[in-house]
Amino acid sequence: MQIPHPRPADLPPETGESRPAVIEVDGLYKRYGAIVAVDGASFAVRRGETAALLGANGAGKTTTIAMLLGLLLPDAGSIRILGIDMLADRYRALPRMNFSSPYVDLPRRLTVAQNLEIFARLYGVRDVSGRVREIAGELEMTRLLDRPAGQLSAGQRSRVALAKALINRPEVLLLDEPTASLDPDTADRMRGYLMSFQQSRGMTILLASHNMSEVERMCSSVFIMRDGHIHDRGTPDELISRYGRRNLEEVFLHIVRDTAAQ
Amino acid sequence: MTGDLPPIAGFRAGANRAFAMALRHIYILRSSWPRVFELIYWPMMQMILWGFISKFMATNSSWVAQAAGVLIAAVLLWDVMFRGQLGFSVSFLEEMWSRNLPNLFVAPLRPHEFIAALVLISLVRTLIGVLPAAGLAIVFYHYSIFDLGLPLVAFFFNLMMLGWSVGLILTALILRNGLGAESLAWMAMFVLAPLSGVFYPVETLPGWLQVVSLALPSSYVFEGMRAVLFHGVVRIDYLLAALGLNLLYLGAGAAYFLHTFRVARRTGLLMRLGE
Repeated sequence: MQIPHPRPADLPPETGESRPAVIEVDGLYKRYGAIVAVDGASFAVRRGETAALLGANGAGKTTTIAMLLGLLLPDAGSIRILGIDMLADRYRALPRMNFSSPYVDLPRRLTVAQNLEIFARLYGVRDVSGRVREIAGELEMTRLLDRPAGQLSAGQRSRVALAKALINRPEVLLLDEPTASLDPDTADRMRGYLMSFQQSRGMTILLASHNMSEVERMCSSVFIMRDGHIHDRGTPDELISRYGRRNLEEVFLHIVRDTAAQ
Repeated sequence: MTGDLPPIAGFRAGANRAFAMALRHIYILRSSWPRVFELIYWPMMQMILWGFISKFMATNSSWVAQAAGVLIAAVLLWDVMFRGQLGFSVSFLEEMWSRNLPNLFVAPLRPHEFIAALVLISLVRTLIGVLPAAGLAIVFYHYSIFDLGLPLVAFFFNLMMLGWSVGLILTALILRNGLGAESLAWMAMFVLAPLSGVFYPVETLPGWLQVVSLALPSSYVFEGMRAVLFHGVVRIDYLLAALGLNLLYLGAGAAYFLHTFRVARRTGLLMRLGE
């Protein structure tokens, strides 16, 4: 399978502003005791867009993603995904979404095929075995199907986690550090798969990442979190230009160190 | 340079390393009340259970001989209750051990569907565990628990229901306290063994404990079992009392689990996976 690796800037121009927002977050607030983890975060991600939440450790990225998924209830604010109020009716949206994180695993004694079958059933996928074979083929992991998940390498496990995240052909995909702890080659393949699926399916992706070059390459929209709120937003090029830096990493360092200095 | 480094060989160095490892476990014990509780719990439970059995047998040694297989039936039915709870709790623990819980709860799996799955799998696990043991009793001791007839079905489901109620509460406690509370899953049922009159009539217990015992559905099941074995009588009143209490406890267990699930969503516990 040839994996395309275009930068967002290389993609054909899109009438982005006319596309509806499929992730709408308004005034999101969450505190754990005395610690305010997310402090009035508001942002929107449009259909078919790949957006990133950037921020230093503790900036509130993972907490925000957990709230979008319904794993965590916000203290205030609203979340709408695919037009559905996630705080009131998340079970209508969840079949059309999915999630992957290197910090969440799949049962290791089960084979890859068994794991995928279970999640296909949980998501109400029709033709379960056909879909398992299809996604395995698309991610070049057919030969892994009969192997226990616990016997796979980190790279193979990441591919299986991605297969699980794509099993229900999600319209919205949330990813927490999708390439963390992967070697550069495996990470590059993962990005390739994601971009390929995003383009072919018009999927909307929101990812939390610390990998700036990954974000520059994959994302058309970036939300930089600081102290629990959205400190700045824009395309990678807009942000680089706004801060007069050479790349997103320098922008990130500027913002984070600016915080530290303050 | 190497002279400045602490020695890596010798008794003292080895003892230091052994102490460091012991300290690691002492820190764990100090930070986890369920682990300390477990250490105290097992010897105490064994002493209480066998104390009551000894007390009963001392004056009623001919009692057991009156009905063939009463102890075997008691052991098998006790295992139904224990396996029922364990099957429920361990199936939940499997998801925690494999760090799979967040995957499940971001899928369109509702908490009550998750509970239904745990109930179903505990039934399967219990049958897998108990049926071979029941077969073994036939082969080795020529005692078939299936001779209890239809009441056996009522005993079985009443004990399973109690296992699910306790399983729901334990699962909620594990969700709330993390894997440090895992040992509760293995030990909780044993507190019910001496109180339920598994191996002796409830009247063997001191008066104040008999009151506690009457609040347990399992006490009515084991008294009912003895009524069938000794007198050939099916005590419908016992079965109804057990069913009524079970419905009450099952409702309370489900309510506590669902409440804890809401607390977990408020506090981020669903994301917590470690000790």
